Amino acid sequence: MKTLAELSAIRERMKSKVSLREGEYSYRIVVGMATCGIAAGARPVMNALLEEIAAKGLEGKVQVSQTGCIGICQMEPVFEVFSGEEKTTYVKMTPEKAKEVIASHIEGGKPLTQYTIGEM
Amino acid sequence: MIRSHVLICGGTGCSASGSVTIRETLEKEIANVGLENEVKVVQTGCFGLCELGPIMIVYPEGTFYSRVTVDDVAEVVSEHLVKGRVVRRLVFNETLQEGTTDVKSLSETSFYKKQKRIALRNCGVIDPENIEEYIGVDGYQALGKVLTEMTPDEVIQTIIDSGLRGRGGGGFPTGLKWKFASGNRGNVQKYVACNADEGDPGAFMDRSILEGDPHAVLEAMAIAGYAIGADEGYIYVRAEYPIAIHRLEVAINQAHEYGLLGKDIFGTGFNFDIKLRLGAGAFVCGEETALMTSIEGNRGEPRPRPPFPAVKGLFGQPTILNNVETYANVTQIILNGAEWFQSMGTEKSKGTKVFALGGKIKHTGLVEVPMGTTLREVVEEIGGGIPNGKKFKAAQTGGPSGGCIPAELIDTPIDYDNLIAIGSMMGSGGLIVMDEDTCMVDIARFFLDFTVDESCGKCTPCRVGTKRLLEILDRIIAGKGELKDLDELEELAKYIKSASLCGLGQTAPNPVLSTLNRFRDEYVAHVVDKKCPAGVCKSLLHYEIVPEKCKGCTLCARKCPVNAISGSVKEPHVIDTSKCIKCGVCIGNCKFGAIIKK
Repeated sequence: MKTLAELSAIRERMKSKVSLREGEYSYRIVVGMATCGIAAGARPVMNALLEEIAAKGLEGKVQVSQTGCIGICQMEPVFEVFSGEEKTTYVKMTPEKAKEVIASHIEGGKPLTQYTIGEM
Repeated sequence: MIRSHVLICGGTGCSASGSVTIRETLEKEIANVGLENEVKVVQTGCFGLCELGPIMIVYPEGTFYSRVTVDDVAEVVSEHLVKGRVVRRLVFNETLQEGTTDVKSLSETSFYKKQKRIALRNCGVIDPENIEEYIGVDGYQALGKVLTEMTPDEVIQTIIDSGLRGRGGGGFPTGLKWKFASGNRGNVQKYVACNADEGDPGAFMDRSILEGDPHAVLEAMAIAGYAIGADEGYIYVRAEYPIAIHRLEVAINQAHEYGLLGKDIFGTGFNFDIKLRLGAGAFVCGEETALMTSIEGNRGEPRPRPPFPAVKGLFGQPTILNNVETYANVTQIILNGAEWFQSMGTEKSKGTKVFALGGKIKHTGLVEVPMGTTLREVVEEIGGGIPNGKKFKAAQTGGPSGGCIPAELIDTPIDYDNLIAIGSMMGSGGLIVMDEDTCMVDIARFFLDFTVDESCGKCTPCRVGTKRLLEILDRIIAGKGELKDLDELEELAKYIKSASLCGLGQTAPNPVLSTLNRFRDEYVAHVVDKKCPAGVCKSLLHYEIVPEKCKGCTLCARKCPVNAISGSVKEPHVIDTSKCIKCGVCIGNCKFGAIIKK
């Protein structure tokens, strides 16, 4: 490496990776990963979330973690989006729907009400 | 796609309690459940809470697992990493919350809440053996900034303005030190040296910085090299720090690979290289002139100053020598500005200080607090107080060169000048907490025994004087002391302080003087009443059985290794003090509290 630009390039590339350990996010997505969730396909949903977040460079804005059974096994895969005190519960998710949620809710700030538990 | 990082402490403390095997097992278990592409295991430096090691943190949740064993790993993987269920029994109990599975953030716990981590900012956050992680947290940005945007004089002025003072003990203004060595740039061979010969019993902040964030020290040394016009640096590190040495070697090699050390850094024509020198563990080699003599390949003995190292140092050339923790502050001052650093601390002591908490305290470990934090906050809030309901008696700072701060001064804000005013010193930051069961004469003896061992022998006041001090203390502890011994201690201490060649001898009597000054009644109890109030000094104690409490169970008589206890069954027993070796076995075994120490 001979230039500051190269240093900055490494920094930008690494920053999003290390930022996972800082814990300052505007959104937190919690995916239900109990037996019921996994059986219903929660893992592909979570992977879709992670890929979409990385593809759109949203790593510093949203954290994805897992949780156990939320208690609505018939509606799995389920994930909840937390923003401050607010909670939005998305049910019967698929990888495609998950990507829509990222685009509308996380990027656009508009919850996709047609997929939330209140509408089902 | 990595969604989770599991950080495992790889510092000396946690490594000693098995974190290396835990990491290997964890990687294996993660591969077994097929999560190797989702979860990354990172070995970091010290988190500070060594008492609770081995420590593991799972991000992004920030779950803090303490005292993890190899047997716990499978459960953490199958429960937390696969199913997202926190293993509550392993969670640091201060972060648990009632009624919810969420855990509190570490920064909300009493241990971390009052801390301000600058020198330790990357310890426990990044993988010290991966230069890219360091770059990801703004590493080498400060070096880039000084090389492309600042003149060497501007760098020095920034450090002077920040008010940074040497963290190794003396507290000399770092920027001034650099300025003294800055003349005649480009025409004279100069050196930048780093003192990593941490020798105070109980101090381990330098080791933790080297283990957790070695690049911060390398980067700061290169900045110092640019500031004074040096192209070569030496780190003098104790051979007893194998993990720190390994990580430094890895870091230096990586910095070379990335062109951040070596020739023509960032294409600016600036060259800088760093070499390691291992010390054999002599305490005196932490003294700057002895350290440089040792780097040169000679026996580590101090020489008189002046000339100071800034004029005539390593190999007779101008040299600056700073401590590890001092360097660890430099990059942040360059990036955030002198004013930012100035805004923390007290009038004459700026920034933060790292303390190694040890002794009778709940949270043994490493803490970094703004200068001016009171001893009470450090001991009671961050340190969690004294265990077993005992009372705080004193805190020892500055190691063998420092003194004891008694309980009535616990509200003193800690900074360089306040500590000197109350008869102690900052030293490198060892902070040993003592409770009511500690004998102050015994403590003074402990530190003096250390300096007698470590005196290099070059000058008579230190070599002979400390030995005579120790003999007097031994006499007092053996119950053969007289009142005039106390005056003799003070007089001899005064001569040793004023006549010794280097800092070792000049400060060696401090533990004696400060305890004599603050706890004279304890010395008097030893020499006049022939009693040790704390019940530590064996020669001044004897064991007795209280007849009213003794049930005559014969247990103590059977356990006594020297058959000093006699008596018939169901009758009160007696101890023959002429046979008793004061081992304490009888007290530990008596079920009725019938045996007492006097």
